[in-house]
Amino acid sequence: MKEIKRFHEAASQLADTAARIRRTGRKIIGYPCSYAPEELIHAAGCHPMRLFSSGHGIVQAENHLQSYCCSVVRGILEDSLAGRLDFLDGTMFPHTCDSMQRLSDIWRMNGAYEFFADLALPAKLNTPNSAVYMESVLARCKADLETALKISITDADLAASIALFNRIRTHLSTIHDFYSRHPGQIRGSDMNALVKGAMIMDRDEAAALLADVAASLRHMPVPDTPVTRVVLSGSVCDIPDLFDAVEAAGGAVVGDDLCTGQRWFDGQVAEDQPPLTALANRYRERVICPSKHAGLTTRADHLISLVNKTRAHGVLFVMLKFCDPHAFDYPYLKECLDAKGIRSMALEMDEGYRNQGQFSTRIETFIHML
Amino acid sequence: MSDTPSPPPKIMAAKKMRDLMTTYYLEALSAAQNHRQVAWITSGGPVEPLVAMDIIPVYPENHGAMIGSAKMGEDLCAKAEDMGYSGDLCAYARSDIACAVVKGGPIGGLPKPDMLICCNNICGTVLKWYEIQARYFQVPLFIFDTPVCHTGYTPEIAAYVKTQVNEYIAFLEQVSGKKMDPARMNAVGKLSYEGQRLWQQVLNTTAHKPSPMSAFDAFFFLALIVTLRGTQIAVDFYKELIAELEQRIKDGIGVVPDETYRLLWDNLPVWHRLKWLSDRFSAHQACLVADTYTSAWCGALKYMDENNFLDSMAEAYTRIYLNIGVDEMAEEVLKMIRFYDIHGLVMHSNRSCKPYSFGQMDIMRIVREKTGIPVLMIEADMVDPRSFSESQIETRIDAFMEIVKHKAGRS
Ligand code: SF4
Ligand code: SF4
Ligand code: SF4
Repeated sequence: MKEIKRFHEAASQLADTAARIRRTGRKIIGYPCSYAPEELIHAAGCHPMRLFSSGHGIVQAENHLQSYCCSVVRGILEDSLAGRLDFLDGTMFPHTCDSMQRLSDIWRMNGAYEFFADLALPAKLNTPNSAVYMESVLARCKADLETALKISITDADLAASIALFNRIRTHLSTIHDFYSRHPGQIRGSDMNALVKGAMIMDRDEAAALLADVAASLRHMPVPDTPVTRVVLSGSVCDIPDLFDAVEAAGGAVVGDDLCTGQRWFDGQVAEDQPPLTALANRYRERVICPSKHAGLTTRADHLISLVNKTRAHGVLFVMLKFCDPHAFDYPYLKECLDAKGIRSMALEMDEGYRNQGQFSTRIETFIHML
Repeated sequence: MSDTPSPPPKIMAAKKMRDLMTTYYLEALSAAQNHRQVAWITSGGPVEPLVAMDIIPVYPENHGAMIGSAKMGEDLCAKAEDMGYSGDLCAYARSDIACAVVKGGPIGGLPKPDMLICCNNICGTVLKWYEIQARYFQVPLFIFDTPVCHTGYTPEIAAYVKTQVNEYIAFLEQVSGKKMDPARMNAVGKLSYEGQRLWQQVLNTTAHKPSPMSAFDAFFFLALIVTLRGTQIAVDFYKELIAELEQRIKDGIGVVPDETYRLLWDNLPVWHRLKWLSDRFSAHQACLVADTYTSAWCGALKYMDENNFLDSMAEAYTRIYLNIGVDEMAEEVLKMIRFYDIHGLVMHSNRSCKPYSFGQMDIMRIVREKTGIPVLMIEADMVDPRSFSESQIETRIDAFMEIVKHKAGRS
């Protein structure tokens, strides 16, 4: 599908993507984590862009972050210091894990971009007071944007942005649903590109293209090829090779618990509530990241229901080395899967994972075992 | 200097403190027999309401330090790794998680908790760690959520944390089945404030030359302000300690013979190498007179109102050293360099503690720019000895001390 190519390019030719967006007059605000309020940035007339590490070698970031820091945090800082993100007008750091918390400080202190904001989000999401606080953080963020850009963001602006992002989420869910129910029809690396691209490219363009992709699926023939169905769970994952490796071994990723996947697009922002309240609710109610708390069994419950829903044969944990929140949850999640007789395997990846492909053999063994 | 100076007399209060800690742990370990409840709480957590309600607070991090000092960290950490926990996680968490299962460590494990109190003002690690223990022990968990003050204490943060003070008390009343007595709470608040003020005074004594104690002593004496904060015991003890330190100052007793160089330590101690490190620096007539770690238990005094403890507690517990921006941390370091008249900064890049260690390199740059003093960074782990390379660190300390001596014009 030609539409999918556009999503691949949006990410691989990042500078071009950014240049095109800037020509429309929108300022670009980057953020490293899926807890950033994209709708708010968009409603401020800016372009929200999720930052991923480009995977270049770490040179300048060595002067700011020790080697025992995850590759997402080191990689994004390296990209910034090396000038690869010079198209940014600003950045926003939602509070999540300890490494990200310090990246925010280091970034601010060595700041190269005009606009900077921290979002001191709550860590616990399941109390009424934290809900009130969450909304107040978003209100402050809105005020910060308004002051910096000398604009005012109306409820109508916000409602329009929310509607647009809801469309993107709906299309992605439709496509993903098809992808999951008919494994093999859409390649995992393409599905991954659709999601990643939609976090990067112009959102009107993304919504239109995704609508086309979703529509085209209706005419797609659906032969039933038996495959081994796998669910992914873990840290940030934007490694197309991983999906290829699963497919090469006769498997297919049919669902995921990743913030670069379903965690990002599942669910909607309510359109019948005051916009900030609706946004706050979405961030509290969406599938949770381990850097946040909403109960002691939330993540395991979700993972098991995901496995059941997708009729997966096993779970592949993809974890970045030095990623604490995910590493803490892993033994418990594995234990819960074990108790249900669901097989799993953990892959830990460090900075050099992109080019190595050493995980292929392990993935192959795992898929064949299922 | 040709003849080796005789070692200075030991600080006498150390024995008393050991006894107090033993009594404290015995009381905690026999809590169940005495029908008292035990709460596990994070080191930077608001302990005063527990004390006021007669619940015994127990600190897994203090226990972690004991495990490290007793050189039992390696086994317990390895055990946690066998359980599936990554070796890159905080070693306090790893050793505690393993200890709960195998009942190991120097005191055979901590008493079983009736509840867990997790304040995330030090890190996000404790959130995950306490979730794990809440599942393991199947006891209620209260999270005291203190958003990071990257650039200040916003009104939103203030409002949020204040509401949690009430939630916290309601939680304690529910789990303990008792009502909190406001008068008792006030009294405990006053004692806590007083204890922290005295602890600050203990730390201040090292501004004197020669310094009557070192950061290594402070690491030891810290245990009371962590575990018995809010009690008369801590207040009385620190008064005694201050009197002894002041006497040493009067008598001209320095902890490092012929103290010539004064150093500042950053980050947690390397618990399993305290003596070794102390000897290495002493051999160069260098005294680690202060550190950024132990001062965390009095650093927030400025936000505290001793007559209105509960209300001021929110701000004081939110604006602690690790919960502020790296630039503000650098300011604190600069202040200490001036106050203690420091010749060199030693930074422990601690693989266990990401919030403390990431940002250190920027602080190093700021310190170099603003003061010109040499900075040494050594990579280690506070509890797990496996990432400690003795020969390499020794060489680096020697090289660093040459620069310090050169800069101070005394080589
Ligand atoms: S894993 Fe969690 S903290 Fe990390 S980027 Fe994703 S949402 Fe953010
Ligand atoms: S959640 Fe994990 S992968 Fe994401 S920034 Fe934090 S440590 Fe890195
Ligand atoms: S050492 Fe650091 S990471 Fe570990 S509990 Fe303490 S503050 Fe948290």
